[in-house]
Amino acid sequence: MKPDAEFFPRDPADHPPASSPVYKSSVLRSPRFPLLSLQNSLSEVTGPVFGAGELGPLDHDLILNYVQTGEPIGERIIVHGRLMDGEGRGLGGMLVELWQANAGGRYRHALDTYLAPIDPNFGGCGRTITDAEGYYSFRTIKPGPYPFRNRVNDWRPAHIHFSLFGSGFAQRLITQMYFEGDPLIAHDAIIATMPDPALRERLIAKLDLKASVPLDTLAYRFDMVLRGRRQTRFENKLQGS
Amino acid sequence: MDYLPETPSQTAGPYVHIGLIPRQAGFEIFANNLGERMVSDATRGERIRIEGRIFDGAGSIVRDALMEIWQADAHGRHNHPADTQDGTAPDAAFHGWGRTGTDFATGIWAFDTIKPGAVTGRSGHARMAPHVSLWIVARGINLGLSTRMYFGDEEAANAADPVLKLIDPARRNTLIAPRGLREGAVVYGFDIRLQGEGETVFLDI
Repeated sequence: MKPDAEFFPRDPADHPPASSPVYKSSVLRSPRFPLLSLQNSLSEVTGPVFGAGELGPLDHDLILNYVQTGEPIGERIIVHGRLMDGEGRGLGGMLVELWQANAGGRYRHALDTYLAPIDPNFGGCGRTITDAEGYYSFRTIKPGPYPFRNRVNDWRPAHIHFSLFGSGFAQRLITQMYFEGDPLIAHDAIIATMPDPALRERLIAKLDLKASVPLDTLAYRFDMVLRGRRQTRFENKLQGS
Repeated sequence: MDYLPETPSQTAGPYVHIGLIPRQAGFEIFANNLGERMVSDATRGERIRIEGRIFDGAGSIVRDALMEIWQADAHGRHNHPADTQDGTAPDAAFHGWGRTGTDFATGIWAFDTIKPGAVTGRSGHARMAPHVSLWIVARGINLGLSTRMYFGDEEAANAADPVLKLIDPARRNTLIAPRGLREGAVVYGFDIRLQGEGETVFLDI
């Protein structure tokens, strides 16, 4: 697979529409004009490259990476999985970043005023680089649900935000991971931006007992897929001017 | 043929800074804050600032967005193995990627970077005019918005650019930033309008 091969075009059916009135904030923040579709140039098939040396040794361990007086309070979990392209190939060497609320649903953010308290030992962010086969893993505390201003009694299900880089800037993606069995999933306005149940299913991490650490930490499995590259056996339109 | 579908996008939400710019969220956690600084003394090229604000469909300033840019170096080379353009090696002192948040109070965002060179276009097309690729996420944006910023002082190159030429002339200038000077420093002002009058052209790349 050539590193400058073009990406499969993005399929709008894989994503929520830009404007989804059930999620009120999207109404005024969505373009009215259609997107201009481009064939990939070098500007899209290239993107930032990150090295493991840019990260600290505890960056992927949210149980330890903000310890002040002791470990954070909450359900100890491992979140792990594989980052792949559309043909199931592991994407190695990619930066995966995540952020989340603490066990009580409170974010460590200047603008979060929810009355649930901050945990002094929990920061709520982490990052790692996928291994050669595309696998990643984090250790963290399971986040709590929290209320947000949409309809007056809207609550987010427990979730972890993920930010993904592929090898090209066109693969850039942000998403959210939910937890298997959470009854709030059926009521959430942001999940409701995806009317297709198949899309929702792709964002629900599964309990993974075999990956848990006995007497220590439960585990959830969450695989993610970025756009694949089109084969270029007979042409290579990108290069040469 | 079965392909795996792309993972669905979800909004970055109002607290995206926790994960991607923790310093702006209000705490220090990482020794190395990625994307914070694009230029060092060793970087080649003309120093510029790119700045602007983002407006929603009601004309209100968006104050909780996160933006990233990706661009070539001063000679039009991307610091990436897929860029095999002839000529000099990419500038090792220029990563090409930056990340920032709009200011919570003013909504102003800015990148201190260098002006990129022209990049090879697709086969059979002209060289692309100098440009930076932008990516915007925020509360209320379900799928990150991609666009490009071109430079107002590159009129000839812009007129020949294969992407700008695809855009209705009435909307083309939403992607072109005028060059200005402030206290001796070069500033390109680039406001982004998410919706409505003067709506920025967004790209499906």
